[in-house]
Amino acid sequence: MLASYASPLERAWYYGLRILCGLVLLFLMLPVLVIAPLSFNADSFLLYPMSGFSLQWYEEIFASPTWRQAFLNSCIVSPCATLLAVLLGTPAAVGLARADFPGKALLTAILISPMVVPVVIVGVATYLVFAPIGLAGSYLGLIMVHAALGVPFVITTVTATLQGFDFNLVRAAASLGANPLTASFRITLPLVAPGVISGGLFAFGISFDEVVVTLFLAGPEQSTLPRQMFAGIRENISPAIAAVATIMTILSTLMLVTLEWLRRRGERLRDSPS
Amino acid sequence: MSELTATLPAVAAGSQAPSLKQQLARAERIRKLKYAALILPLALFLLLSFLWPIAALLLRSVDNPEVIAALPQTSALLRGWDGQTLPDETTFNALARDLAAVSGTPPLAAAARRLNMEQLGFRTLMMKTARAVPLAEGVGARHALVEVDERWGEVATWHFLARNASPWTARHLLAALDRTYDEQGRVVKTDEEQAIYIDVFKRTFGMALVVTLCCLMLGFPLAYLMATLPVRTANVMMIFVLLPFWTSILVRVAAWIVLLQSEGLVNQALRGLGLIDQPLQLVFNSTGVYIAMVHILLPFMILPLYSVMKGISPLYMRAALSLGCPPFRSFWKVYFPQSLPGVGAGCLLVFILCMGYYITPALLGSPSEQMASYFVAFYTNQTINWGMAAALSTILFIATLLLYMVYARLIGNQDAAARAR
Repeated sequence: MLASYASPLERAWYYGLRILCGLVLLFLMLPVLVIAPLSFNADSFLLYPMSGFSLQWYEEIFASPTWRQAFLNSCIVSPCATLLAVLLGTPAAVGLARADFPGKALLTAILISPMVVPVVIVGVATYLVFAPIGLAGSYLGLIMVHAALGVPFVITTVTATLQGFDFNLVRAAASLGANPLTASFRITLPLVAPGVISGGLFAFGISFDEVVVTLFLAGPEQSTLPRQMFAGIRENISPAIAAVATIMTILSTLMLVTLEWLRRRGERLRDSPS
Repeated sequence: MSELTATLPAVAAGSQAPSLKQQLARAERIRKLKYAALILPLALFLLLSFLWPIAALLLRSVDNPEVIAALPQTSALLRGWDGQTLPDETTFNALARDLAAVSGTPPLAAAARRLNMEQLGFRTLMMKTARAVPLAEGVGARHALVEVDERWGEVATWHFLARNASPWTARHLLAALDRTYDEQGRVVKTDEEQAIYIDVFKRTFGMALVVTLCCLMLGFPLAYLMATLPVRTANVMMIFVLLPFWTSILVRVAAWIVLLQSEGLVNQALRGLGLIDQPLQLVFNSTGVYIAMVHILLPFMILPLYSVMKGISPLYMRAALSLGCPPFRSFWKVYFPQSLPGVGAGCLLVFILCMGYYITPALLGSPSEQMASYFVAFYTNQTINWGMAAALSTILFIATLLLYMVYARLIGNQDAAARAR
């Protein structure tokens, strides 16, 4: 709070900082806010002021076979990639937290590296290697690479959750006669579940928004929503793009709300006296 | 004596069976191995779907199989050639035999295309010579080949062939750095009009630097304010940061086109304020790319900054102020140094991500501000020149890797410090 005896300079600093931050937040939010209303525009321009309200663009994308196929493809590729990333990433994160061997730091860095290698390189490289063995232009190839891109996020979130995890609980379960599998499912998994779910949501977000690898690796039959949007923006940007964008924004908002809910729940569980 | 014999078996038994300590150590080792085994499936998966392709692409930048495949005997002989005078009769003979063997087959076409890329006119030379073989009996091969084309009588031609008769070549990597071989095989600068890649990399790093600085200047105050405000308010602001972060990049690119186009909201607002008469060109040029990139990468700056700043106790600042240090000086001397790990992590992350960006410049920029990624895609899609695509990727990859190592070390130190606390 600003004290009543603050000097003019301090006042200027206090309000200046808040105005600047308000502008930064506006800058961050403006694109998200501006696109949704235009998807209800009555004419075919992406311009304000809008000429009238209409649902024609939603009708258009739901009627269009290309958009339907793209949506379907996204609904095939992203969940599969997420599942793969979670199934492989969660045990690996547990292993990394518990195992101790020379070169562990290096291995961790390598497992995280899909996050930082430029996606163009990943796209070109996987196309180069997958094309001769028939994995380019296939769902399997696309799912594999999308999963690889999502794995680092699963590892980092699960590792973060495991840092507050008491491994004595697993020992206690074992001493009470639980075999390792039972202990994993009854003790470890429920406790790290929020981390696993947020990791999965991150992986899903990455895959659902992935366009560069898809551009190189997917054939026309595997075109996903982002790829279709990429083509749309490039060729002819119309309110139909805004309609798809609105649907995608609603999806990402839902994911964000779920994540935030998980995070708060995790914090509550950690803070509550045990 | 009987006492001694009685204890002996016990000692012997003790030396055979491991002690409790050893057993525990062994159990611990096995347990750790089991945990290490949990990593194995992921490691194998990444090897197949990520590491192997990347390695193959990087190797492709120095790969040079075509000439050896088409001219195996000539290649072998040229490796022992002194390079001073024309090769001996045997080499000419080998060339004639090699060419006769592959005449009219795909390997010859591939080798001719490969050599023609580097020296225009070599395809014609190869095809012409391939049509003239096999040579007539009893004629000297050297004489006959020089008859077909006098270029076979020049040492430079053979130098060129010898340089490419190796399974590896640095040509693509050199070309990606605007260097090339001259006729004597020395590394020289590429001609002015073809030398574009140094500029491309300069532009790539320059753009990444500008975007990083913009993100720091916008992100630092916001993260600072969020760290000093009550948690409840900060959480609301955090949603404003995270919602765009979670919104699809393509959605945001489309939104920026809507906002920045000449009839868009930004131009309307500026005109409404009377700041401009003519609409500004804000999109499909570097301005649009910068704005969208800063917007996309800003959360990557704010999140590490905020997490570091939340750990800085306000007591230090208060102590500095109460000791009479002026506010700005105490901020600069006391608060800012403590936030440096976050500044470092945020800047490196934004820089690394920005360097490899493809979609935003491709959709919002004009051809003149394309970055390294664009050229990788260009050589893959348009001209199918794998060597150049791989060489540019290699340089981009190495730059990313070096920065990532710095970043990993920085983060590792922060984690170690957090554990020590």
